[in-house]
Amino acid sequence: MKSAVITFPGSNCDRDMDVALKKFGFKNKMVWHQDVELPKSDLVVLPGGFSYGDYLRCGSMASKSKIMQSVINFANSGGMVMGICNGFQILVETGLVPGVLLRNKYLEFICKNVFVKINDKSNIYFKDISSNVLELHIAHNDGNYFCTNDQLKEIEDNAQVAINYCDPEGKIEEPFNPNGSIKNIAGIFNKEKNVLGMMPHPERMIDPSLSGEDGSYFFKNLINNLK
Amino acid sequence: MKISVIITLKKDVLDPQGKVIHQALDGMGFDDVNEVRQGKYFEIDTSETNPKKAKDKVEEMCKKLLANLVIENYKIIDAQ
Repeated sequence: MKSAVITFPGSNCDRDMDVALKKFGFKNKMVWHQDVELPKSDLVVLPGGFSYGDYLRCGSMASKSKIMQSVINFANSGGMVMGICNGFQILVETGLVPGVLLRNKYLEFICKNVFVKINDKSNIYFKDISSNVLELHIAHNDGNYFCTNDQLKEIEDNAQVAINYCDPEGKIEEPFNPNGSIKNIAGIFNKEKNVLGMMPHPERMIDPSLSGEDGSYFFKNLINNLK
Repeated sequence: MKISVIITLKKDVLDPQGKVIHQALDGMGFDDVNEVRQGKYFEIDTSETNPKKAKDKVEEMCKKLLANLVIENYKIIDAQ
């Protein structure tokens, strides 16, 4: 399976993602944001970081990068595109997934492990993960998911909520919402569920020395389902 | 020609920064403030000389990049 990770100026999780993808069997290529063509890929990843210094709005400048037109075309033709953290912010700015990510409710940079409940398994990203709850890492200033009431209705009607912040048992309640996101939303799909944006970093949880291994389930499942 | 743009958050969107500024003002003794909303201000210097065309272009810039219309409104306030 071939993957491509896009590096923007200010990306800082691109190499972690490269390590994670390779560990689970992807042949990964790094792609510079000024490139025009994507290499032939089964999966394109927009990594975490602070592209363009988070100027204007997080992800707004990166969403207009040269490579993004190819990424948008790839997604619109059914290609698998995943945005993690800043990558999620870039995805919402392209309009590939609905909503926006606002400044965290309590204005803090949050860097900690959280639990997320897998809300929908009728998709390649989460299909065969046996557990319903994963412990993943978040590190962001702007992860407060927001959308209009009309958008929220549409997202829920189409089962586009991928994961919600929860407690270790999977209870989705306000005390387990780290950043103020509507309905504890931590990740969403586009309508067709080939595009996934999420704030948590599975690539940071792929080794016991990295405080957890739940990210391994995610990547193992992903490559198995893409084969 | 210089054109100015003000971007503000829509009414229903939470503005935690505005809230904190409000609290700080309150703590400083400005206790008659009802609400503070933080926004953005841009000055765009363009070589376009036709005011109508310049304004139309800036409007396109607002829609495509400067504002995110899910959460923000834009107002073009000046063409001179």
